[in-house]
Amino acid sequence: MTRRDAGAALTLPVGKRDHVQGPVDAAVTLVEYGDYECPHCGRAYPIVKAIQQRMGPRLRFVYRNFPLRESHPHAQQAAEAAEAAGAQGKFWEMHDRLFERQFALDGEYLIEYAGDLGLNVARFRKELEGGVYEPRVREDFRSGVTSGVNGTPTFFINGARHDDSWEFEPLLAALEKAAVVIR
Amino acid sequence: MADAHPLPAGTQAPDFRLQRAPDQTVSLGDYRGQPVILAFYPADWSPVCGDQMALYNEVLSEFEGYGAKLLGISVDGAWCHRAFADERKLHFPLLADFEPKGAVARRYGVYRDSDGCSERALFVIDGDGIIRWSYVSPIDVNPGADGILRALDAVASEGTPA
Repeated sequence: MTRRDAGAALTLPVGKRDHVQGPVDAAVTLVEYGDYECPHCGRAYPIVKAIQQRMGPRLRFVYRNFPLRESHPHAQQAAEAAEAAGAQGKFWEMHDRLFERQFALDGEYLIEYAGDLGLNVARFRKELEGGVYEPRVREDFRSGVTSGVNGTPTFFINGARHDDSWEFEPLLAALEKAAVVIR
Repeated sequence: MADAHPLPAGTQAPDFRLQRAPDQTVSLGDYRGQPVILAFYPADWSPVCGDQMALYNEVLSEFEGYGAKLLGISVDGAWCHRAFADERKLHFPLLADFEPKGAVARRYGVYRDSDGCSERALFVIDGDGIIRWSYVSPIDVNPGADGILRALDAVASEGTPA
C-alpha cells in the first residue's frame, strides 16, 4: 500500500496544459499519474473507463505522464508519442491505443498507431525523433514527484492523493464521496 | 515509526565509513561541500524497498540538479548490494551497514532492535555536514521523494546556517 501519514496533494493544479476528459465544472476531478508500459496502469485503464461511464459528466479525468524509464525502456517514448498525437488533437485516441497495446510499444509500432489514427505521420515521426515533447513529459514527471507520486499508477481526487485501493468499487466510492463533499 | 528517534534537524551528522562495493569504501566526509541524502531502508529485495529505490533511481537527475549525492544504506552485505543494484540497474551507491551490524543506523537513531534492520528513514545533510531534515516512514510504506526535494529546496534557498 502507499498509505502515508501526511496527505500528499497535487503541487501542479489542473490547468490548460492538461489533457482532460469531462466538463470543467464536474463535481469531482480524478488525476492519474501513469506509465504506458506499467502493467498496473494497464490494469487500471479499463477500471477508469468503467468509472467514467458510470459517473458521466459528474467526473473530470486528467492523465499525466510518470514514465519509469529505468524499469520500462519504452515508457518515455510512448509518453512522448501520446503528446505528439495530442499536438494533432488525438491525445486520448493514442492514450487508449497505447494501453490496449502495452505489449507493442517499440518505435515502429508507435508510427503505425499514428497512421491508424489518421495523424500526419511525417510530422509525428519528426517530433518523436526530435524529442519535442521530452520537456513536457519531464514536467509531468517532476510535478508527480513533488506531489508525492511514489509509484504508478497514483491517483489524486480533487487534488488529494488517493491512498486506498484503485479497484473499481473503492475508487468509485471515494469519487462519489468527494463529489458529495464539494456540493 | 512511533519508537524511532531519528537525529533531528540541526544535529551534526555522525561521520562513518562503510563499504560501497566489495573492494571499495566511502565516508560521509567524502561529500563535504555538497548536500547528501541518506536513505536507510530495511533490506535489499523486499518489494517496498525495491519500489522506493526504483523511484529514487528515476529521480536521481532531480537530486543531481541540487548537486546532491544519494546514498542508500541497509544492513545487507556488499555482495548482496551488488547483486541487488545490478538486477535493478541502480545508478547510486548502496552502503553496507553490515559489520558491526547496524552501527550507523544506531548512531542516527533509526535501528530496529526487534527486527535486526534499520527503519525506512531519510536524512538530508547539507554541505557542512549538518542534518537539515529527517523523516521516518512506516516500515512498509514508500516515503516517496517529495520530502527530500522540499528539503533540498530549503537547503538551496537558505544556504547553510552560520
